[in-house]
Amino acid sequence: MNKSFKDDVSIVICGEAGQGVQTIEKLLIGVFKGASLHVFATKEYMSRVRGGSNSTEIRVSSLGKRSYLKRIDLLVALDKDALGHLADRITAETVIIGEKEILQADREIIDVPLSKIAAEEGSGIFANTAAAGFVLSLFRINRELLSGFINGLFAAKGPEIAAKNISAAGKGYDIGTRLLSEGGIEINVRADAAVKDHIILSGAEAVALGAAAGGCDFVSAYPMTPSTGILTYLSKHSGDLGIITEQAEDEISAVNMVLGAWYAGSRGLVITAGGGFALMVEALSLSGMLESPLVLSVGQRPAPATGLPTRTEQGDLENVLYSGHGEFPRIILSPGTVEEAFYLSQKAFDLADRYQVPVIILSDQYLADCYHDLASPDPAALPVTKYVVKTDKGYRRYSFTVNSDGVSPRGIPGNGEGLICADSDEHDEEGHITESAPVRKKMVDKRLSKLEFLKREVIPPDLYGPADYETLIVGWGSTFGAIKEALDAAGRKDTAYLHFKQVYPLHPSTGGYLKKAKRTVIVENNATSQFGRLIKMYTGLDIDRRILKYDGSPFSVEELTEEFKKL
Amino acid sequence: MTETNSNAFDMGNIDIAWCPGCGNFGILNTVKEALTELGIKPENLIVVSGIGQAAKTPHYLKTNFYNGLHGRALPPATAIKAVNPGMTVIVESGDGDIYGEGGNHFIHALRRNPDITVIVHNNMVYGLTKGQASPTSQIGFKTQIQTGGVFEEPFNPLAVAIALNASFVARAFSADMEKTKQIVKKAVANKGFSLVDIFQPCVSFNKVNTFQWFKENTYYLEDAYSPYDRQEAFRRAVETGKYPLGIFYINKDKKAFEDNQGVYREGKEPLWSRKSAAVDKVRALLEEMK
Repeated sequence: MNKSFKDDVSIVICGEAGQGVQTIEKLLIGVFKGASLHVFATKEYMSRVRGGSNSTEIRVSSLGKRSYLKRIDLLVALDKDALGHLADRITAETVIIGEKEILQADREIIDVPLSKIAAEEGSGIFANTAAAGFVLSLFRINRELLSGFINGLFAAKGPEIAAKNISAAGKGYDIGTRLLSEGGIEINVRADAAVKDHIILSGAEAVALGAAAGGCDFVSAYPMTPSTGILTYLSKHSGDLGIITEQAEDEISAVNMVLGAWYAGSRGLVITAGGGFALMVEALSLSGMLESPLVLSVGQRPAPATGLPTRTEQGDLENVLYSGHGEFPRIILSPGTVEEAFYLSQKAFDLADRYQVPVIILSDQYLADCYHDLASPDPAALPVTKYVVKTDKGYRRYSFTVNSDGVSPRGIPGNGEGLICADSDEHDEEGHITESAPVRKKMVDKRLSKLEFLKREVIPPDLYGPADYETLIVGWGSTFGAIKEALDAAGRKDTAYLHFKQVYPLHPSTGGYLKKAKRTVIVENNATSQFGRLIKMYTGLDIDRRILKYDGSPFSVEELTEEFKKL
Repeated sequence: MTETNSNAFDMGNIDIAWCPGCGNFGILNTVKEALTELGIKPENLIVVSGIGQAAKTPHYLKTNFYNGLHGRALPPATAIKAVNPGMTVIVESGDGDIYGEGGNHFIHALRRNPDITVIVHNNMVYGLTKGQASPTSQIGFKTQIQTGGVFEEPFNPLAVAIALNASFVARAFSADMEKTKQIVKKAVANKGFSLVDIFQPCVSFNKVNTFQWFKENTYYLEDAYSPYDRQEAFRRAVETGKYPLGIFYINKDKKAFEDNQGVYREGKEPLWSRKSAAVDKVRALLEEMK
């Protein structure tokens, strides 16, 4: 064996669900980060609790790369199925690490006797730390760092378990060190001192913390992949944050609870996936009629119906754009990175409260589950401003006299002498049922006119690349990382990339950007180019070329680099 | 329509969208009086309803109200009470709204046990949509939809509530205003989910379960009846023959949903009134992710 990896190493761990992929992942990420190496992780997993084949890719790089690579440099294969499962990603250059007897591979592998090591410590479960120790030794990670981390990770299980894990890891480490000394493998990734002060954050955690930073104090959700992690995080820290979290009996209850919470003065978040959002549609319409703020985190996954529950897609843009009977304004934010997930989730509450509209944070499984080191986002970036007013006697919730943000000032029960009357029927200024045609028309106009006001705050798209581009690539949401890296790798000096973190309303500069280009290309993780259609609707412009992927996996840097080179 | 003394909840001369003779009038006046006698003020009250004739009730008294979606009164009522527990929260809707469209929420709100009072205007028919059967319609009840007569087992809300070990379960009859008022007062004062299923006639669409029919087919639980025995309460709730009226079951051993929330461990101020320490708290959590 004679392999050399420099500056950017893609490690993939693959095994059955429940076999320990997550344990190895946690160890590697933690120790790499402790050694001041940039790390990025993304996972793909099956919709099952045991068995099957799941994998995590950990990318260790000198420059902090944060996108999905198809290429596998080091494959830690925990079972035979791993090789078949990842067949289209394994090349002659891939170093396969595992147990010869278990893998029965028809090519060269590095045979690490994980089972034997584990047996020596008394249980098959120790195979995972042995594998981690082996991998870490190839990066010449300090042994003490590894032991220290293991102690921390297994502290809850007691010193004996921690010691066994350290012993197993050490044995794996020794085997790796021997391989290094034989010159079989050479890995060179530069540490970056900045990583010491970085945090590790996932997309799901970013949404959770961003929402908390936005003043969220009431959360309701029905568990659904890929969004459950947000509820889990907020529930775990509900005490720290001083918030209420409640698992609802169904999605209809969750969203209606959150609307009740907003009515009574709280800032509520409902968390769901595309299919769960489908059940919330009537309540979305209610938020329009009540003119109630509402923040929904919607994680997309391949549909229709149950689809591929644990995989990724950008197939629900039109779902969240058009859903809800009747006509009323909304905002759709589309974070593309972990940082954007934090800041946009925070901003969502400000926008919802200020303009009294539903705000949808639209993300996907890929973003929810990816995590990496980054400089900590700053929760003080947007101070919490509450737009609720104290009411006087005779207060009218739906007064035609709107404020400078285009809304009837919003009172809440118990804050002043006014009574707060909210009604899902068409209503008069006091909030009582009316069937008067002129009042109806005025109320519709009032609700729709909020759109003009909230347009003042539409987030402009970000342009990457030459200002005098000839070709313009358009993308939204989590395709950001792969597009940007592929564009750099493709080395085109005539191509720029426009990244949208708010897809609706569409920023007015969009048409101008597109018209400037000789040729436009859109990249989307869906089958029908939904954002392309939205762009056409609001600018009148067709996109020349579509690059679409809808097999349940995210775009890889390699495939987009190929596409961009060919343009 | 019966006369009432003017009280803080009166709306004066307003257009009420109920048919003359509707049982809702009696319930409305009963509730107004009950609230007045309990010393509750409009600004401290929030009435939550779904959709239907009964659900229009909050428009006809002076109060804060949230008149939401059909079947979906219990989730917002739960959340409203959870984020502002100092408010009195009452749900008023019909049998179709609470037991049909909102059936799942009925079950789980009982489990959650928020301190709210749920007054169900039970007329065994769908009034606003003009005469279809409701979950509580009796077997044999003929409508334009159930042309051969209902053959499905009527929903028994009292039995279901007792099966879920509810905090307070009662049934009343809208025409007996004094007795209904006493039951409603006890329900509101009770801490926890307090169900009052109030029989009422629908003069327009239910020609079977009329005022007379209810008078002849109900009776009050005896004075000696003790509402603290769950088995006995269940037995009475599934009696065939005349329907018992009164307080069937009281369960004092339950903690209200709000009291299980950590946010109220130190104090009971509503969440909206608390100073936001979001920045510091989030910063601390981000620090933990290093």
